[in-house]
Amino acid sequence: MEHIRTPKVENVRLLDRSKGQRKASVGTFYLSATHSMFIENNTETRKETWLLHSMISSVEKLPTTPTGSQLILRCKDFRVIQLLMQQEKDCFDVHASLLRLSRPEKYSELYCLSFNPNINKEERQESWSFIDLMADYKRMGVPNNLWVVSAANSEYRICETYPSELFIPKSASPTVILGSSRFRSRGRFPALSYFHQDTLAAVCRCSQPLSGFSGRCQEDEAMLQAVMKSNPGSAYIYVVDTRPKLNAMANRAAGKGYENEDHYTNIKLHFIGIENIHVMRNSQQKILDMGEMRSPSMTDFLWGLENSGWLKHIKAILDAGVFIARAVADEGVSVLVHCSDGWDRTAQACSIASVLLDPFYRTIKGMMLLIERDWVSFGHKFSHRYAHLDGDPKEVSPVIDQFLECVWQLSQQFPCAFEFNECFLIAIHTHVYSCRYGTFLGNCQKERNDMRLQERSHSVWPQLWKDRADFTNPLYKAELSPCRAVLRPNTTPYCFKMWKGLYNHVERSTPPCQSTADFLSAMREESQQLEEELTNHQERISALTGKPIMWEKVMVKRRTWHIQRHSGPDPPSPYTIPVTSPAQDHRTFGPANQNATVKDPRLTTSGDQPMQVKPLNTDDIFSDLESGVAGLSSRSSSAGEEAKDRETDEIAFTTA
Amino acid sequence: MEFSEHIKTANVEDVVLQQPLHTSIKGTLCITGHHLLFSDREEESCQQVLLLLRNIDAVEKSSVENLLNYFSLFPNAGHSNRATESSGTIVIKCKDLRVLQLDIPGMEQCLNIAQSIETLSCLNCVAEMYPFFYRPSNASAQDPWGLSTPERHYTEMEELHERWRLSTVNQDYSVCTSYPPAVIVPKAIGDDALKKVAKFRQGGRFPVLCYYHKKNGTVILRGSQPLTGANRKRCLEDELLLQIVIGDSDRGYIIDTRSGQQAQQARMMGGGFESKSCYSNWKRLHRHMERGKTLQESLIKLVEACGDKSPNMDRWLSKLENSKWLSHVQTAMSTAGLLAECVERDGHSVLVHGSEGTDSTLLISTLAQLILDPSCRTLEGFLKLLEREFVQAGHPFQQRCSHSAFSHARIQQECPVFLLLLDCVWQLWRQFPLALGFSEALLLRLATEAYASDYGTFLCNSDMERCALQVKDKTHCLFRALLQPSEREQYTNPLYEPNELAIWPSVHPQSLQLWRGYFLRWTQQTRHLELVQEEIRNMVIEWGKMALSC
Repeated sequence: MEHIRTPKVENVRLLDRSKGQRKASVGTFYLSATHSMFIENNTETRKETWLLHSMISSVEKLPTTPTGSQLILRCKDFRVIQLLMQQEKDCFDVHASLLRLSRPEKYSELYCLSFNPNINKEERQESWSFIDLMADYKRMGVPNNLWVVSAANSEYRICETYPSELFIPKSASPTVILGSSRFRSRGRFPALSYFHQDTLAAVCRCSQPLSGFSGRCQEDEAMLQAVMKSNPGSAYIYVVDTRPKLNAMANRAAGKGYENEDHYTNIKLHFIGIENIHVMRNSQQKILDMGEMRSPSMTDFLWGLENSGWLKHIKAILDAGVFIARAVADEGVSVLVHCSDGWDRTAQACSIASVLLDPFYRTIKGMMLLIERDWVSFGHKFSHRYAHLDGDPKEVSPVIDQFLECVWQLSQQFPCAFEFNECFLIAIHTHVYSCRYGTFLGNCQKERNDMRLQERSHSVWPQLWKDRADFTNPLYKAELSPCRAVLRPNTTPYCFKMWKGLYNHVERSTPPCQSTADFLSAMREESQQLEEELTNHQERISALTGKPIMWEKVMVKRRTWHIQRHSGPDPPSPYTIPVTSPAQDHRTFGPANQNATVKDPRLTTSGDQPMQVKPLNTDDIFSDLESGVAGLSSRSSSAGEEAKDRETDEIAFTTA
Repeated sequence: MEFSEHIKTANVEDVVLQQPLHTSIKGTLCITGHHLLFSDREEESCQQVLLLLRNIDAVEKSSVENLLNYFSLFPNAGHSNRATESSGTIVIKCKDLRVLQLDIPGMEQCLNIAQSIETLSCLNCVAEMYPFFYRPSNASAQDPWGLSTPERHYTEMEELHERWRLSTVNQDYSVCTSYPPAVIVPKAIGDDALKKVAKFRQGGRFPVLCYYHKKNGTVILRGSQPLTGANRKRCLEDELLLQIVIGDSDRGYIIDTRSGQQAQQARMMGGGFESKSCYSNWKRLHRHMERGKTLQESLIKLVEACGDKSPNMDRWLSKLENSKWLSHVQTAMSTAGLLAECVERDGHSVLVHGSEGTDSTLLISTLAQLILDPSCRTLEGFLKLLEREFVQAGHPFQQRCSHSAFSHARIQQECPVFLLLLDCVWQLWRQFPLALGFSEALLLRLATEAYASDYGTFLCNSDMERCALQVKDKTHCLFRALLQPSEREQYTNPLYEPNELAIWPSVHPQSLQLWRGYFLRWTQQTRHLELVQEEIRNMVIEWGKMALSC
């Protein structure tokens, strides 16, 4: 509280970047310990905008102009919020307060730890048991006679950043594990990530060996041998170093490096070439800079996309996953994956491989388990990478963003293979950054235990599970044959697209275009309800008549689906009069009211009712139906008044 | 002329065909006057490939001595005595972007085949093209050709009749060679005046009505550039015609698909634009749209980029950018959006033209009608729109579509305007998956048929030429065929919901995408996406049934 200099500023304008100044909504801005709020003055809408302070990635104050002082809040979910305050002093105070509030120094300042944890004690405890990693290991068939749970790391004795329970090859003795962990960066010795039941091959992960130019370690060599032995009949394993070979070689000078194929019998070393976190951070920044361009031409856009290198990096990560999945599924060869510390690129490569190999990880629950296993439990440094606390900006990098984007790219290639939709991935992305739940806090399991997070906060997963209806992909086909087992994506460059849904908030603020998925979801929901109604009525009728009925078909007119009759971004953005034409006043075209009409959704029954049954009240049925899709229809088009307010912006919209 | 003159070798056996998405097959190759026919010899799985020679854009032969390959593919064929002969390979690149490879035993046969294909695929005599020979089994000759006529179109639009009339001044194509015999013009303008206006407009394309906006009574007219020339000639009838169009309203817009500078330059060549002083109530908006050779080269570059399988991401995006195709899509859509905005939001009539008024003009007037008019968005409505705005309105299909992206021939009049239109329609379809009554399959079919077809619809450059060759009597109509019950289903959009509103597309670069279904049509990835479309269709049908049974 001591950081809040001014808790309330009146007459603040919230600017929408895509609409320009005159369309700004006027309201009051409030600051609390955890949130910034903006509440519109307009008594009809009274729209509220809430922003968690932990979502703010930067606060920028623009030079004061006659209209006031402007504050730009850039958020970690790529929203950009612009506030215009009349008094410079207010702006100054809010700026100073937010600078401090958006960079908490202690975990206890974070939202998820800022309320009394015992209000919903049972719910809280339950929330943490929602994801059961051991059950998932069991599902994939371990422990078995090849892989066993090891207690070697209980109380985090040999590796602080690993989970306490790990699966290791049965033949690996405690001495081998201890020796191997001493020979690996940060003690991260080879452990099981995914076991493929069909081929008995496994995906294992670790960190780079401390080999330097000539170092070797018998125990580590024995450990890799043990990994191979746990795949009966195989003659070698792949060691996938996800770094560019040059980086790996450079690490040798620092006493680290990669496995020397002469020392390890039966390994095949393979480099992938995923760049390091610094390159990725800069690359994403370029994508964001491109999003800030007012009206990019097609050339600006494509060049910007290319120069960012982002899609190239996404492809590299997907290629790593494809390599591992092929080795495991097609060749039946186990793979050991590492990068430098084995918590960034390794997590990406292993989890993508799991998605490709196992249909379960393409379900909502499976994706949660996968992130919990390969990222949370294996010590991906969430708090450092996603700047939960004020810290070293060089530690920050969009590592999990890239994983989520890889999954999204896959879902574009295989639209029927994933149970979840893009919103689910975006929701995960938001919560990785938001600190509203304790799941992603801290940098490893030990840290989370020390913080007693399970007693002080809630887990995010049950919450997402509760909303799963919003996250379901209507096209998902669990048993569709090509998607049944291993996904084999095409990674030719043209298969990668920019993930508009995640990055493009300018477009998102205008009403969305029509969506096939929304339509199908609504339709499915509707037909499910119809089906339920049918069963209900059948039951009621049979109860009344005392005998089961043969249901004759009643002809019902195909109903017109009354969902979202909206027609596109309104007003259309850049069809403007070119500035180039001579003697042109910059007028824009006037507004046109086109309120979308929502048709009366009532079904009309026609034809003869086969039976006269009294309790059939059609109104009841259909009022139910209405509510089923109300969420969609309420989003329908708003009037296009904005059009006239856009002059200033539109001049800039000339197309290439 | 006999086709047989060009066919030195009609049949070759033991030919290996490789085509995308299929494994190689061995069989017999046969060349006829209009077709390349390939059938494999396996009795159980008889596969046939029938390819219109007209569909072939380029033939590349390489006299590789690839016997080794040949026999490693088919080890069982080893005991034939061909081992001593050489063989040749022909790569056939089609206008629908398919690339086929034929391995033909015997150098001489290979060269003969290649030569026949090359010659026959480029024959430009329209009267001998395949549509004049094609006799579909389910169509009778009595079927009317085409979906509608200008007369019927006019009759149907009763709201027009008060101020607009159907003029038959072009009955014998003497006023404008590229217009149909009947066009819609203001009632207050007589045919004599029209003749004068025609002399003042390039190619005689005087302004005619192409769309009437029922909501506010505004119209879209299209024509060609006025022939003002360097010394600013005027035509009072032309000025009068336009004045009558806007009537009491204070303003109209002229959308010129050339830049202001280009329009100025056109005056040196005898063309020009409507000057402010003579057309005081009309406001000119210039939108630079690429045309002709530039567009064709853009297509060539794009197809080249799509055919490249190099694994380097950088090169893909820069090649895509370098082709400029998506920029052309963006320009076309935003110009069409501007046109629709003038009519719907601003409530003013618009005249569209570029120079000839047969390319960009038709492109944007068609797109604007799709944006504005719900009746153009059904399967039938869309085909009628194309018939009206491209076929009847005189888009020179024969010149524009005689070659596609692979051809080595020098670019003459080729220009993928129609393909660009289909791409823009696809972008609309992708942004509004529920608003259009037709499917992507229809757009793909049209894109293929425009370049090579069994039907006569896209033959010739104008109504006059079609009339002279009796196209309507001697060939069958594609649009009618597409509406046959057997074909219809695959071309309808199962998600279609009639929507009375205008559909405003986003033209932000991020909202526009490469039309993978066309440009990467022959890749596995696109097959996946086609399967998804089928899946959606099945889901909708299933749910439809369920709703019925409830």
